Amino acid sequence: MATQIRVKVNGIDYNNQVEPRLLLVHYLRDVLRLTGTHVGCDTSSCGACTIHINGKATKSCTILAVQANGCEIKTIEGMADNGKLHPLQEAFKECHGLQCGFCTPGMIMTAADLLEHNPEPNEEEIRYALEGNFCRCTGYQNIVKSVQFAANKMKEGVNV
Amino acid sequence: MSTTNGLIGRSVKRVEDKRFISGKGRYTDDIILPNQTYASFVRSPYAHAKILSVDLAEAKGMPGVVAIFTGADVADVNGVPCGWQVNFKNGDLMKEPKHPLLVADKARHVGDAVAIVIAESKAQADDAARAIDVEYEELPCVIDAFKGAQPGASLVHDDVPNNMCFDWALGNPIAEVDEAIASSAHVTTLEFVNQRVIPNAIEPRACNSSFDAGNDSYVLYTSSQNPHLIRLLMCAFVLGLPEHKVRVVSPDVGGGFGSKIFHYTEEALLTWATKKIGRPVKWTATRSESFLTDAHGRDHVTKAEMGFDKDGKMTALRIKTFANLGAYLSTFGSCVPTYLHGTLVQGLYTTPKINVDVTGVFTHTTPVDAYRGAGRPEATYLLERLVDLAAHEMNVDPAELRFKNFIPPFDGIGQPGYQTQVALQYDSGNYEGVLKKGLEMLGYDALRKEQKDASKNGKLLGIGFSTYIEACGIAPSAVVGSLGARAGLYEVGQVRVQPTGKVSVYTGSHSHGQGHETTFAQIVADKLGIPMEDVEIVHGDSESVAFGMGTYGSRSLAVGGSAIMKSVYKIIEKGKLIAAHKLEVSADDIEFESGKFTVKGTDKSVGFVDVALTAYVPHVFPPDLEPGLDFSSFYDPTNFTYPFGCHIAVVEVDKETGKVVLKRFVAVDDVGNIINPMIVDGQIHGGVAQGIGQALFEGAEYDENGQLTNGSYMDYCMPRADDFPMFELGGQVTPCPHNPLGVKGAGEAGTIGSTPAVVNAVLDALWSGGHEVKDIRMPLTAERVWRAMQ
Repeated sequence: MATQIRVKVNGIDYNNQVEPRLLLVHYLRDVLRLTGTHVGCDTSSCGACTIHINGKATKSCTILAVQANGCEIKTIEGMADNGKLHPLQEAFKECHGLQCGFCTPGMIMTAADLLEHNPEPNEEEIRYALEGNFCRCTGYQNIVKSVQFAANKMKEGVNV
Repeated sequence: MSTTNGLIGRSVKRVEDKRFISGKGRYTDDIILPNQTYASFVRSPYAHAKILSVDLAEAKGMPGVVAIFTGADVADVNGVPCGWQVNFKNGDLMKEPKHPLLVADKARHVGDAVAIVIAESKAQADDAARAIDVEYEELPCVIDAFKGAQPGASLVHDDVPNNMCFDWALGNPIAEVDEAIASSAHVTTLEFVNQRVIPNAIEPRACNSSFDAGNDSYVLYTSSQNPHLIRLLMCAFVLGLPEHKVRVVSPDVGGGFGSKIFHYTEEALLTWATKKIGRPVKWTATRSESFLTDAHGRDHVTKAEMGFDKDGKMTALRIKTFANLGAYLSTFGSCVPTYLHGTLVQGLYTTPKINVDVTGVFTHTTPVDAYRGAGRPEATYLLERLVDLAAHEMNVDPAELRFKNFIPPFDGIGQPGYQTQVALQYDSGNYEGVLKKGLEMLGYDALRKEQKDASKNGKLLGIGFSTYIEACGIAPSAVVGSLGARAGLYEVGQVRVQPTGKVSVYTGSHSHGQGHETTFAQIVADKLGIPMEDVEIVHGDSESVAFGMGTYGSRSLAVGGSAIMKSVYKIIEKGKLIAAHKLEVSADDIEFESGKFTVKGTDKSVGFVDVALTAYVPHVFPPDLEPGLDFSSFYDPTNFTYPFGCHIAVVEVDKETGKVVLKRFVAVDDVGNIINPMIVDGQIHGGVAQGIGQALFEGAEYDENGQLTNGSYMDYCMPRADDFPMFELGGQVTPCPHNPLGVKGAGEAGTIGSTPAVVNAVLDALWSGGHEVKDIRMPLTAERVWRAMQ
């Protein structure tokens, strides 16, 4: 029953036999042991599992591993560049944009997609973009500030 | 004792963030043990049903199945215990029916576990669980606490008449309160429901238990706020295991909010099962399971009456509450609606006569227990709703009515604490101060003018107040023991100075987002005058931390931090003896400052690192002193701490649709001294969001058959980023007079204060439009607000 898939994850090629029903998030977590991507629900609502597939933020609990065959994937573990943190990672620390840390990887991946398409979002645009990512700890306030902080840094070209 | 190096009071960036922002956090579900197996549960689809038969035949033969256990297999195992004894008014003990690890005879709520399947993979366990055929006979159920206590209601437990776990009262004799209410010039009455909400930590509960047959020992990883308490309850009360053979680890935990305090059946069952099968067993809840099995919060049906004299001074308060406990008593299920609720109904006011009466009722629903604030939000909600409603009824300003009734300021040092009518003695407070500051931040007078103009634009503007107090720093063991707690509530802090002067701190508090690894390191580094990087905070593992009571009730810094401080002081005292010996002076002549032991009045000194090395390489050492520099301390507080504050909400209500938009939220919280303002603000933000969530969005909805009809994120309205404005935070500092740091606790303040402020604001908006509405049931959806306006 197993199916062969080839994917590139955080720049590394993988070639695995997987059950057709295996969700991509479980492939990443249990097969590749990239446990930074989390599972918070079973309805594609919470966004804790958000990753990038071919550069686009995607909830990895909503896609089968076999559907990702041939895709290029980036997870939170691949956000730093040669040990240098992505500006959003720095910003979440700087602005206290996280508490328990469980939603954080998904938040960062969603925010990265936002900034890719809209480098200077206003507060309303940031809040709207993060609507599919739940955080129970922060009240979102410092997450919004983190995204603003990162946007400013990226605009200045610092850390990029 | 020692001067500071300026770390206390600074917004130091969090130490723990490094792993979380890079995907290197380690949560329970991230752990896969060698030879791992996976569990899946068969859970009752009915709220109340006899279990006629469980057919395992097909499931047993399915691929990968390792074992299946049912209620019959654990019939001889104890159930999970309740940690707090509450008595009936007549002195009878509360009813405490067994909460079994798996049910054999009857299911008592949707989600009650009937069988566990253990397999080689999670998918195989799920497949086999679906193949188990359980025959049920559905029985009538009861969902509502008030209805559940009426004669003739379907019984949750056959041996609990009227489903009454306890009836309980606190305060002045009821006859005196009745008399005071009867002779009041004005009485405001409110009948309302404080609806059930679901904690919804984003990390679902998970556990992974393993048994080592070589030395008869167990390791349980569990997503818990208090691993030591889980070990104690599981070993001593459920499984009868020797504690020293059981290690419980709570690694990174993705939020708790109360729901991960309790000892859950899954923890004990997995630990029982791992020995049976000789392999590690792991279970991670699906979100649907979380909705059905994480303990829920609130769920009170209340009638409250507040009396006033002709000058608007409060004369009396009479409260009758039916508290829904769910199908079983959760670990602190009995304590939350009584000792954490009834004891707080004095609020910030001088009300001379108070009686609060609470009936705890079993229903065919998920157990109810502490949820962020735990009892104190319920107390604040009823009080603060009454105050704004009374102000409206008496046509006085709600802020003025509060100023008239506040307890005057007291510092708890020069002036004594304030003795309430409901058992507690407040430590220190300046209640008018927070309201004054809130009004200033709000621009109150201008906003009232704006309110008058708003209705011209099809909107109604409302301003709602809440001035709250909470009892935190839980708690003095002697006090809680006399009130029915079955455990002590001290905390333990060990400070181990390593030979090179690096410091390992072992705390029984547990961080699941609160930032202890930063805050605790700040206080230790500050007091010892060493860099923060030289301090490591260890928590969450019963093998490295000897004892602990965990994190809940905003207790970590006030109780856990104080325990650490006690050990730090012991380190400094011993350090002085070592330094004195090295410097050949009397220890009385040594003072410790900025990481240096100095002979008073001279420049002769020896550094902290030097003393540490000497303690472990004691070639030149005081002859009557043991080597080493390592102290452990228990701290048991003398009183609760009492943070307080003022929350003000400004809302806009659409006249046509009833939609509520939160325009502004001002919070002035006094949490005593602050170690890390950034972290405290973050705690307030999160708490406020959860409290607003209850007011506007959230609520468990059960239908008449006991089905949770919104048990998923598609249906339960979780607050999202675009539901909130930027919260406006102000502060005031009234130090706690009885703990070494002067801190009071900040974890729950936001949730406790915010809910009534928002509801009051919506009602104020409606009143400004001429709609005489007394109550709207939370959450205040557009539909409910629209209906209230018709």
